[in-house]
Amino acid sequence: MTQATVSELAVGQEIPEFQRATGLHNWNRYAAVNYEFVDIHMDDEAGQAAGYPTAFGMGNLQWSYLHAMLRQWMGDDGRILRLGCQFRAANTKGMIVTAHGKITAIREEGGETIVDLEIWTDNDSGKIMAPGTATVALPHG
Amino acid sequence: MAKTNISDAMQGVVGGELGRLTSFPITDSDIRRWAVAIYYPEDPPRLFWDADYAAQTSHGGLVAPEEFNPFAWMTAGGPRKATVGHDPDLTEITLGIAGPGLKFQLNGGSEVEYGVRMRPGDVVTSVRSLAGYSEREGRLGLMLFTTSQDVWTNQDDQVVKTTTSTLIRY
Repeated sequence: MTQATVSELAVGQEIPEFQRATGLHNWNRYAAVNYEFVDIHMDDEAGQAAGYPTAFGMGNLQWSYLHAMLRQWMGDDGRILRLGCQFRAANTKGMIVTAHGKITAIREEGGETIVDLEIWTDNDSGKIMAPGTATVALPHG
Repeated sequence: MAKTNISDAMQGVVGGELGRLTSFPITDSDIRRWAVAIYYPEDPPRLFWDADYAAQTSHGGLVAPEEFNPFAWMTAGGPRKATVGHDPDLTEITLGIAGPGLKFQLNGGSEVEYGVRMRPGDVVTSVRSLAGYSEREGRLGLMLFTTSQDVWTNQDDQVVKTTTSTLIRY
């Protein structure tokens, strides 16, 4: 992000989304790097036994999508200082999951621009799945 | 006396260590595979796989995505027994006392503060401890909130991240 871009930030702005069509291709890759081999993430029957229509994705993968959204917006030099969220809904097979962020505060500290954001993931029905907040630091130019 | 699920024994173990892990050294490939998995089906950012590119950035070399887990696929302590089931009293059992015996548990969410980035060659140590208990009446009755804190440091004792997690039991 350039200095000019940082100076144009405003409270209330939404940052670019990070979106993925989700299913076993995403979840199996995530299981393989996080050693997260759990039946509910691999097997529709296990997902159904837990009360969902299909197997469902890892909350941790939505956690990663929220981080990826911030990185994509900030560029390599931005820093995530803090991030928190809750997991409120299951990401079942075929859902389009979108990570969103909206600026809630901007301040200058030690030569960096510190930005607070409301962040969340939702699905293609508009249901909010993982709401949270984050704080990032953007270097000046 | 007001109804509570927080016993004197539980209050007495607040601050106690719940677990400690040390990673094998992180490799370039661990980071690259993580990034490929997270960004699939699109390409991951060069910062996570192209050492020449990464050397030209403010990081001076490859770094891991902030949420990278260096403890997957075994830790330096060797193979561990798989945890069987999810006993809601696991926190207290780990600390050698009786738990509240509540039947249900939910992940109440996590919050992370980040320090230095993880890089190839880093050895990360995680120390998880019981941070505290609180409770309040909720829709499903008296809800017990247990917070734990997990502090990760690298081989230079720099803090990588501090995670505060909340477990809800009822």
